[in-house]
Amino acid sequence: MLKIWSMKQQQQKNEAASGQAKKKKVTAAQLRVQKDLSELSLPGTMKTTFPNPDDILNFTLTITPDEGLYKGGQFNFSFAISQNFPHEPPKVKCKEKIYHPNIDLEGNVCLNILREDWKPVLNLNAVVVGLQFLFLEPNASDPLNKDAANDLMSDRDRFRRNVRSSMGGGQVKGESFDRVLLK
Amino acid sequence: MAATMQPEAVRPSMNGESDFSRAKWAYLDSFLSRPGAYSDPEMFVPGEIPVKSISESAQILVIGAGGLGCEILKNLALSGFRNIHVIDMDTIDVSNLNRQFLFRAKDVGKPKASVAAEFVMKRVPGCNITPFVGKIQDKDEAYYKQFNLVICGLDSIEARRWINATLIDMVDDEDPDSLKPLIDGGTEGFKGQSRVILPTMTSCIECQLDMHAPRAAVPLCTLATIPRQPQHCIEWAHIIKWEEERKDIQLDTDEPEHITWLYQKALSRAEEFGIQGVTYSMTQGVVKNIIPAIASTNAIIAASCCNEAFKLISSSAPSLGMPGTNNYMQYTGDAGVYTFTFEHQKKDDCPVCGNLPKDLTVDPEQTLEELIESFAARPESQLKKPTLKTEGKSLYFPYPPSLEEQTRPNLKRKMKDLLSNGEQLAVSDPAYPISFRYNVSFS
Ligand SMILES: [Zn+2]
Repeated sequence: MLKIWSMKQQQQKNEAASGQAKKKKVTAAQLRVQKDLSELSLPGTMKTTFPNPDDILNFTLTITPDEGLYKGGQFNFSFAISQNFPHEPPKVKCKEKIYHPNIDLEGNVCLNILREDWKPVLNLNAVVVGLQFLFLEPNASDPLNKDAANDLMSDRDRFRRNVRSSMGGGQVKGESFDRVLLK
Repeated sequence: MAATMQPEAVRPSMNGESDFSRAKWAYLDSFLSRPGAYSDPEMFVPGEIPVKSISESAQILVIGAGGLGCEILKNLALSGFRNIHVIDMDTIDVSNLNRQFLFRAKDVGKPKASVAAEFVMKRVPGCNITPFVGKIQDKDEAYYKQFNLVICGLDSIEARRWINATLIDMVDDEDPDSLKPLIDGGTEGFKGQSRVILPTMTSCIECQLDMHAPRAAVPLCTLATIPRQPQHCIEWAHIIKWEEERKDIQLDTDEPEHITWLYQKALSRAEEFGIQGVTYSMTQGVVKNIIPAIASTNAIIAASCCNEAFKLISSSAPSLGMPGTNNYMQYTGDAGVYTFTFEHQKKDDCPVCGNLPKDLTVDPEQTLEELIESFAARPESQLKKPTLKTEGKSLYFPYPPSLEEQTRPNLKRKMKDLLSNGEQLAVSDPAYPISFRYNVSFS
């Protein structure tokens, strides 16, 4: 009898242990993103949207620059963070087709910390600041859109005109762009 | 001469086993049945005790039955371990056969864990290996509880982080058996590392996350504008061209048609820029991020892992990973043969071992708002703007504003409607460098 009793105790213990283990734990990546979000500081020109608030690994960042050549436009970036975060950087893409020397027509972004210079110590705030900077200081020396980079380098006025017409949904060199103007 | 060097004590008489069958372990018994130069007389009593520890009482779990796993299983069996479990979810591919030596051509398509177990058991009679074909996440704490030691031979960082967090959360201060040393081996080409982690006591996988150098990436603009190497053309086809022309099709790196498409795009780009060397197999390698596996690196790292396991279980010599001592061995074999062993320090702000989950009793009828107010009053955590989340649900985020708005209605809801008894709750606050985790039980 004693033996049976001790077996029963063991059984209960096992059940309790397995019952608890099946409850999902917060993953290390989620913990880190939660921390990063709570430390985010967004200026008035940026806001986030979470299609599903329970999934903090996927969201949209909207940038509405209030100075520079892209002033008056509204640009959406999708953030997709994997369970390997922060070992891997977040995957960030521009959701609109825009005319920008560092963003290609598919929305790929050339920002060093999103790829070759990413380090686990960097956080989401660093990425957000980096994206904002791309609109204030488009950079012709890291081109993803070669035409736009050439325009920026050779003729800043023409570049400025192209930015304006592309933001209005117009064409630049036969390529049509998404309308991103706020009004 | 060599034979007479063996002292009599190397063959302790074992119950149920003749001296004859023990004779084949003579090379191990020379370590187990007499003190060695480094053995600690207080820890190590030569003879039957360590022999039995290795051959009878030790239950070892091996995670991964690939390049490292084959070596680890073979080494453990030949080190006298007889109770081994192995987990692997993969099946054998023809490309594994050159180095995963427990597999033969006839095994292609079969699960790695079962074929490896069967092979080793056949070659080393008396050794029991129990395979599990599946994911480590399929098993619960009751399963991991049965082992004395876990050895990982994995190529996935995500899986390492999972087993690390699981073993850390299992540690119960009242129960010495709940502490399972974790030995982790890893290789990448000619480089590798082995490390020993005592969960909650020494630096963990999460503390050491920065030791895994992210894959050297080429700037996107280089790929887009001035490719210099054949690999740049392949990456361009993979990252940029596919999205441009076939974005509605999910790229499947095991689908020959997809690889052929990428290969042809890469080839024409390479011709455009006068770059030589793009091949189909290089395309496959770049796209699948295959780093050539070197058999000798696997052998060296697995030997180091099993050596540590042998020392930990038998106490016959000091092992890597004791608190305050070296716990990390780095091996480099591409420019000569070099190893460097050091102590990786535990991080106080480690999100996994820096703050172990605490038990928290919550009134299920209480609202979330009331719980947050009680947090502010708790002396150990005077939280100002706490963010609360479970694995599946965002309870409350004071920032950013959109999430605040979406989670605000939860403040008025009762705790029993937001989480279930036993669930884990993560709380972070800008005032603290680390997040707190609580295992919630309802009062
Ligand atoms: Zn840690």
